Amino acid sequence: MLQAIAFYLFAALVLLSAVFTILARNPVHSVLWLILAFFNAAGLMVIIGAEFIAMLLVIVYVGAVAVLFLFVVMMLDIDFAELRASFMKNFPLGIAIAAVLLAELVLGIGVWQSGGLQLGVASGEAAPLLGRSNIESIGALLYGRYLFLFESAGLILLVAMVGAIVLTHREGRAVRGHQNIGKQIARRPGDATVNVRPEIGQGVKL
Amino acid sequence: MDFSTSLALIAPELVLSLSGLALLLVAAWAGDRAARTISVLACMALGAAFALCLPVVNGGLAGADRIAFDGQFRADAFASLAKLMIYAASLAALVLAPAFLERIRSMRAEYPVLVLFSAVGMSIMVSATDLLTLYIGLEMQSLAAYVLASFVRDDNRSAEAGLKYFVLGSLASGILLFGMSLTYGFSGSTAFDAIGVALGGDLSTGALFGLVFVMAGLAFKISAVPFHMWTPDVYEGAPMPVTAFFASAPKVAAIALLTRVLMEAFGSQVDSWRQIVVFLALASIVVGALGAIGQDNVKRLLAYSSINNVGFILIGLAVASSAGTSAMLVYLSIYVPMTIAGFVAVLMLRNAAGEPIERIADLAGLSRVRPAVAWCLMIVMFSLAGIPPMFGFWGKFVVFQAAVQADMVVLAAVGIAASVIGAFYYLKIVKVMFFDEPSGAVVSGVGERGDRSLGTLLALSTLMISPFGFLATGWLGAVADRAAASLLLLA
Repeated sequence: MLQAIAFYLFAALVLLSAVFTILARNPVHSVLWLILAFFNAAGLMVIIGAEFIAMLLVIVYVGAVAVLFLFVVMMLDIDFAELRASFMKNFPLGIAIAAVLLAELVLGIGVWQSGGLQLGVASGEAAPLLGRSNIESIGALLYGRYLFLFESAGLILLVAMVGAIVLTHREGRAVRGHQNIGKQIARRPGDATVNVRPEIGQGVKL
Repeated sequence: MDFSTSLALIAPELVLSLSGLALLLVAAWAGDRAARTISVLACMALGAAFALCLPVVNGGLAGADRIAFDGQFRADAFASLAKLMIYAASLAALVLAPAFLERIRSMRAEYPVLVLFSAVGMSIMVSATDLLTLYIGLEMQSLAAYVLASFVRDDNRSAEAGLKYFVLGSLASGILLFGMSLTYGFSGSTAFDAIGVALGGDLSTGALFGLVFVMAGLAFKISAVPFHMWTPDVYEGAPMPVTAFFASAPKVAAIALLTRVLMEAFGSQVDSWRQIVVFLALASIVVGALGAIGQDNVKRLLAYSSINNVGFILIGLAVASSAGTSAMLVYLSIYVPMTIAGFVAVLMLRNAAGEPIERIADLAGLSRVRPAVAWCLMIVMFSLAGIPPMFGFWGKFVVFQAAVQADMVVLAAVGIAASVIGAFYYLKIVKVMFFDEPSGAVVSGVGERGDRSLGTLLALSTLMISPFGFLATGWLGAVADRAAASLLLLA
């Protein structure tokens, strides 16, 4: 019963915030609605017992992708003075959303502890290890069976990092405004000036 | 299979990775001044890895006790033979680089480290018996290669080469991943042997799509026509030691990888992929031969030449038998010294300003200015053209022999006809070097640091492809046969 209530709450909020993502006039609000949609999708994952995917959704999508969106949106030409003026007007709405999120958090954890929602009958081929959360199972695979690939993937990231540094890092030397006094003093008038007698109508060749 | 046995089987990769990490620390503290020392140490690491692979190749080791990490990795004779070629080619790339890069003040301590990690990626590729291992190895090699292509970052052409290689390489990886996900979806496993079992019988349309996409992604990496567009541009723009590296080691790795995927994972579906391989082979041979004719840049010419050679190698794959695989390996082991000798010879030439020579017209009259280099280059060109006393002939001979024995006479005939077209531009270079008036572009050798190591490398690799190479045919054939047998043992 509790699971069903939680499911309908999360699902309705995913749909609602997705609609507001499209309808919001202010792009910053759009992104914030999108983040709310991600949170609720993560809640859906929690109630089917896939807490690892829920965490990934929050960390990867909310933590990285949505913040990236937010940066891009902030580079758009938006009148922030107008936004700030309406802060007090939107304050109750913000509080309401915060309250909804808090309620969801409590509900989600409660549901997770009372067991996952049964979506269908398992085929039996990929039966979960008893007494293990799926984070533990994934960890056991990553550091056991797939250790070689995991470590190799680490090497790939290292190569990528070294490559990025090799291609962009330059030794700290002033690019502009560098004055070589010796060179200036050693310069003679003959080096810099030259007498020319241009033909009429030809102009000066430099 | 316990953990320590698995670790013992990946000993060459471990040696390379750990020395790569250690040298990275040296590079971080000692800076670019230590670049030469790091290069020497990296060469020693490659030598050690080479020595670790040698007994596997000589013994023709294969079978269940060469499988590491639950079937994700296999260190059999086939993989080890490919690793020998890869390490030798990487060693050459390390020896070539300092003399060239120091002259344009672009030698940095990270160059040998990136080459080492690229070698690790390639040896994971050739040992991969799982789609995941395949992809990890391929990406490690590719990422290092993208950076190496644009290593001379102040040079616009080098930066352009790196960017082009990166964009097209990512596209190829995407296509490959798409194919891999379809294959996994329709077979239910990522391990090659399990895929081979699951896809036995009639191939469903979805699995066929997977096969085609996997092949397209890998054809990008070996630059087989019609996925070759990036090759001339990248080879022209990349610094010449890096171009020599690209034309040798990654080719070996990607071809060995393609062979293992097709023979093991899709070994029960030979009829489905044979026509694709035949098309790739013929198109590469013809486009490689015709495209090279109009080139006036040596690097572009050698790029088309490598496309042409990939076509000949794919003939061996199209045969899809032990004999065909063995012929491929023989061809590859001749192709690597041939390519390296060609690039070293061109690298040793420079004009009065000390800049490297790239235009074919600048080679005019080389036999009078630098006779030794000209003779070596002549041997390379005759060998590439497949003219009999040179060893390059043997590689083409075994490949065509395998094709004829498998009743693929038409394929062999078209290959021979196209190799006659290819002979035209190889012989043109010989004509320019020996019969044209000197252009004055190339100056005779001035005793520069690093020239001696280049000379040694040139002499060694030329010796391998000269008629003396025929002394090794018996040993090479036996080793290649054992390696091919080890590939097919579990398939």
